[in-house]
Amino acid sequence: MLPIEVTQLKKNYGSLKAVDGISFTVKEGEVFGLLGPNGAGKTTTIEIMEGLRERDGGDVKVLGLDPWKKGYELHKKIGVIPQEFTFMEKTTPREAILYYADLFNVKCDPDQILKDVLLDEKTKTYFEDLSGGQKRKTGLALSLVNNPDLLFLDEPTTGLDPNARRAIWEVIRSLKAKGKTIILTTHYLDEAQQLSDHVAIMDHGRIVAMGTTEEIIQKHGSGERLEIQGTQSLADYIKENTELDVYYDHPRGIITIPLKKKIDALAALAAAEQSGMEWGQIQTRQDSLDDVFIKLVSEPMGEQGEVAVENGKRRRR
Amino acid sequence: MVSGRRIFADFKVFSRGFLRNKFGLFFGLIFPVVLILIFGAIFSGGSSGTTIVYAQNLDAGFGGQNLGNTFLSALNESSTLQVVTVDVSGDFAEYLADKSQSDGIVIPADFSQNYITAQPVNITVYGNPASSTSAIVSGTVNGFAGHFNLQRYNGTAIIGLESKSVNTQQNKYIDYLIPGLIGFSVLTSPMFSLVNISSDYKKNKLFKQLSLTPLTKMEWLTSKMLWYIVLTIAGFLLMYTVGTLAFDAHITLSPLLIPFLILGPMLFASLGMLVGTVAKNPETAGVIGNIITFPMMFLAGTFFPISQMPEYLQTFAHVLPLFYVTEGLNNVMVYNNIIGALIDIAVLTVITVVIFVLAVKMFKWRED
Repeated sequence: MLPIEVTQLKKNYGSLKAVDGISFTVKEGEVFGLLGPNGAGKTTTIEIMEGLRERDGGDVKVLGLDPWKKGYELHKKIGVIPQEFTFMEKTTPREAILYYADLFNVKCDPDQILKDVLLDEKTKTYFEDLSGGQKRKTGLALSLVNNPDLLFLDEPTTGLDPNARRAIWEVIRSLKAKGKTIILTTHYLDEAQQLSDHVAIMDHGRIVAMGTTEEIIQKHGSGERLEIQGTQSLADYIKENTELDVYYDHPRGIITIPLKKKIDALAALAAAEQSGMEWGQIQTRQDSLDDVFIKLVSEPMGEQGEVAVENGKRRRR
Repeated sequence: MVSGRRIFADFKVFSRGFLRNKFGLFFGLIFPVVLILIFGAIFSGGSSGTTIVYAQNLDAGFGGQNLGNTFLSALNESSTLQVVTVDVSGDFAEYLADKSQSDGIVIPADFSQNYITAQPVNITVYGNPASSTSAIVSGTVNGFAGHFNLQRYNGTAIIGLESKSVNTQQNKYIDYLIPGLIGFSVLTSPMFSLVNISSDYKKNKLFKQLSLTPLTKMEWLTSKMLWYIVLTIAGFLLMYTVGTLAFDAHITLSPLLIPFLILGPMLFASLGMLVGTVAKNPETAGVIGNIITFPMMFLAGTFFPISQMPEYLQTFAHVLPLFYVTEGLNNVMVYNNIIGALIDIAVLTVITVVIFVLAVKMFKWRED
């Protein structure tokens, strides 16, 4: 039995198709990343799997259970951090853990859990006085109280500073190392790439690409290409004298030649040399997950426009 | 299955959070005591029960006698009025207006002469018909005028007056006020808190999060009700102590009070929960909460007995749940009316069960 099996899942809010017939499975012990811009349907999907929302169509099995009908039973076996995790303000992380242990009727060592989520210094601070990252870590700690094998983390690092994000990543990696199955939603590409074994890219309620990041790049990316700095006439010359496809980017002055075989590069360079024209820098490039993501995700993103490319390369189409 | 362990766990976390919040603690415990101190000081302290009346004596006297003075000192010696004499020069009506006073007496210049020569003479009484003190002033002046008239003809009074108190023990305003203010805190503390908490938890998705644990919504609400019962009983003991020690209130303690101190917080915690659940956001919840709470606070006999209200408002009071709390508390603590109190308990039980069931039914952990 796979921990998660989703088949043709559908969910509408009025006329909006929030989730539009998606299917995927998650294997035991893997980190599965649901990636997509705001409003793509990630949270709706994850909340349906958690048993927090009812689906309109399709089939969902989580640990073999229907999450909506058997929610109460399921919740004892899974760990969840909802998006924007909050807790009672005047409660310390340690008290929160003991509270959850009482609710779940389990014995746990709060200090060990706090250590596991790198929060063992802030055990006596009230929740309201914790930093954003520490609050999320408290959420992580609570999701571990019932010692679940399956964890749902809905945007665990959204809005956190880079250091806090990396600290959360570290915790997620250590959980994976312990063999836990983790479903992660994020709109940060680097996060999905860093943490996930498999990624599904969602847009407008559909899965537009799925697989390992390498598989997605290979399938949806343009493959390797040669870029030569030069003029339009050089581009024309290469096109006339080889059997290669040649594209010219005017504003940047870059000639792009997709490489079906590596040897194609040699032919292109030979033609360039033969032309007697001037040419500058040459390089070969391959699409990154960023490029693929921007290609696949059609609309401008949510209110803050965080398509998750943090290094300024972000483009809108 | 309802689990005592989970209710207790939730109770522990919630009460600890409550006690750490000075603001909640103030409104839950200290504020009602402050109210008792304020209202007690206003209504039962210092005042001797006499009405102050300003008097201008224009009487010129006759045959060496100034009967105007005699009349005013007679009024002053009465137990109801305290006469303040005003200078004869100047406009009396203006003087009263300047002092923001409505009660005054003017003795005319020919008072002594006309009295002695048995000519009719009028004393002018100023007053505000809307004020209860004016009736006291004109009544007293009228009484003394009759007495003086009788004396003028050497008559004796035939009809006399003997005063008797209805109760063996006289009830003071504070005696009614304490049950009222206990009712007030039974209403406000759980109601406002639960409106606030439930709309806030909904907005912050804390309910959603709790729904991912084995805690059920009924357990959650039960633990809140338990806490507000504890808080209400603590508040009750505080208010009782302050009322009896500071103002010598005469109120009866009886085991019959316990049902009110349990049902009241249960009822208003559930009602608050219901409002917080039905409202779309915390702002609307606050408004609905106030619309329900404030009329109830004033019309259910909290600050004054409802028998002082017009008939249609008294009828209206009977649909307010708080009415049965304050009436019941008064029945036990002031009137010793056991049957009345038992009826109030029965009515309250029914209302509480209905509201509790409704709150649990309407309240959703999850969305659909």
